[in-house]
Amino acid sequence: MAASAAAVMLRRPPSALARAIPVTKPIPSSGEKIPVVGLGSWITFNVGDDPELRDECAAVMRAFFQEGGRLIDSSPMYGSSQGVIGYGLTKLGRPPTLFAADKVWISSGSRGPQQIEESRTLWGVPRFDLLQVHNLLDWEHHLPTLFAMKAEGRVRYVGVTTSEGRRHGEMERIMQTQPIDFVQVTYNALDREVEERILRLAQERRIAVIANRPFRQGALIRQVERHSLPGWAAALGAASWAQFLLKFIVSHPAITCAIPATSKVAHVVENLSAAAGPLPDAEVRRRIAAYVESL
Amino acid sequence: MSEWWKYHISDFLLFSPRTYYRLIERYNEAVWPGHLATLALGVVILVLLYRPAPERRRTIAGIVAVLWAFVAGAFLWKRYATINWAATYFAWLFAIEAVLLATLTFRLSRDFAGRVGVGLFLFSLAVYPLLAPLLGRGWRQAELFGVAPDPTVLATLGLLLMAEQPPPWWTLVGPLAWCLMSGALLWAMGSPEVWILVMAAILVLGARRIRRSDAPSTTGA
Repeated sequence: MAASAAAVMLRRPPSALARAIPVTKPIPSSGEKIPVVGLGSWITFNVGDDPELRDECAAVMRAFFQEGGRLIDSSPMYGSSQGVIGYGLTKLGRPPTLFAADKVWISSGSRGPQQIEESRTLWGVPRFDLLQVHNLLDWEHHLPTLFAMKAEGRVRYVGVTTSEGRRHGEMERIMQTQPIDFVQVTYNALDREVEERILRLAQERRIAVIANRPFRQGALIRQVERHSLPGWAAALGAASWAQFLLKFIVSHPAITCAIPATSKVAHVVENLSAAAGPLPDAEVRRRIAAYVESL
Repeated sequence: MSEWWKYHISDFLLFSPRTYYRLIERYNEAVWPGHLATLALGVVILVLLYRPAPERRRTIAGIVAVLWAFVAGAFLWKRYATINWAATYFAWLFAIEAVLLATLTFRLSRDFAGRVGVGLFLFSLAVYPLLAPLLGRGWRQAELFGVAPDPTVLATLGLLLMAEQPPPWWTLVGPLAWCLMSGALLWAMGSPEVWILVMAAILVLGARRIRRSDAPSTTGA
């Protein structure tokens, strides 16, 4: 029944959906609130100069902003994604609610500023809200650059990223010693390694956490979608697997925002809907993890 | 790359299969009717192989070198690099390979390796373009010898295999490196063509080894 409800919802055009205000969480270092569901751009926005696919990405961005989304995340590593985001922002008239999150990803610290400037030009924004050191690459040199930019008001927040459980020890050391605002790690109902130390440390050090790969690049959805949602999912307001899985992620007290990537308008609307309505408490979160693991 | 054991092939896939095959489609539209010319050049290579003369052997090398240079510039550098930053490096690799191939002379060997090489060349020329429509992607996304990298590399491997005088090992570096890179991406995209690249690479290395072990009993060029 829940699955059919989701199907009905997804058949409706975005404008026909009742717009619920997405849940927001504060960035601990500033108190600024951002919606708990953002938009990733890994793979989905790397469409080169294909005009049809660029327009599809712009449509995804339009729906994202219409549904109350703010944070869009990209990286120089993601091929043409930055340019495609810039194209979408131009087409949408540069939505003022945008929270622009990008990364520096280059092995030479001295070339970081140039890469950041190239990224900013591709986005077409006056400044980034958040700049992160991608996969901790040469973070010893990049972080001083980013802190200096923050002091000059050329970026508002600084962070570091990793994914799929890599280099957590090094990330912990950075969290303990560097005045960063954000970390980005992989977290979902099956990949919960960060719960033990990283998320706990983030709460202690008042660092915001962005959860990447919430659906394991779609593999997690494909793995579970042949099964029915549990009956108790309806009480959470989760009408689809994507919403069920996202609610698990963003309900963790340490998680500030999850960044699912998609190239479909229906999916971005569905994802943002997960940020509205009730979120599971600790007991229900344990139940969700156990249920997904059992499938 | 620290903690390299935690990486999967799929971590290196930067784009969706739809984006990649649409790129092929738009490239085909841009270079059409160049496909007819490259197919004709493939037939010319076959004719020259079976009607050898010293200047014709050099002509084969010239044709293959020009096609590698074309794929390097028109596809890898100009188009593929828009979705895969690694394509820039492969464009240089293809350009270098084009220069290396231009220095070779091709003369058909009629031993087992030569027959395998001819088979691989014919497959690349006549069968590979059929894979896209057979796999449901349609003719517009067909990959042709001399236009797309995969069939061009496969056909070149066939030529290198059928050459009577085994080519230097360094001429195989470019084609085999491409088989590795493209094969990994095709694997990550779930494209069955990956097995063709893998099998071709194994076939070429195996046939080359057999030929070398038989070298004392065969006549050289």
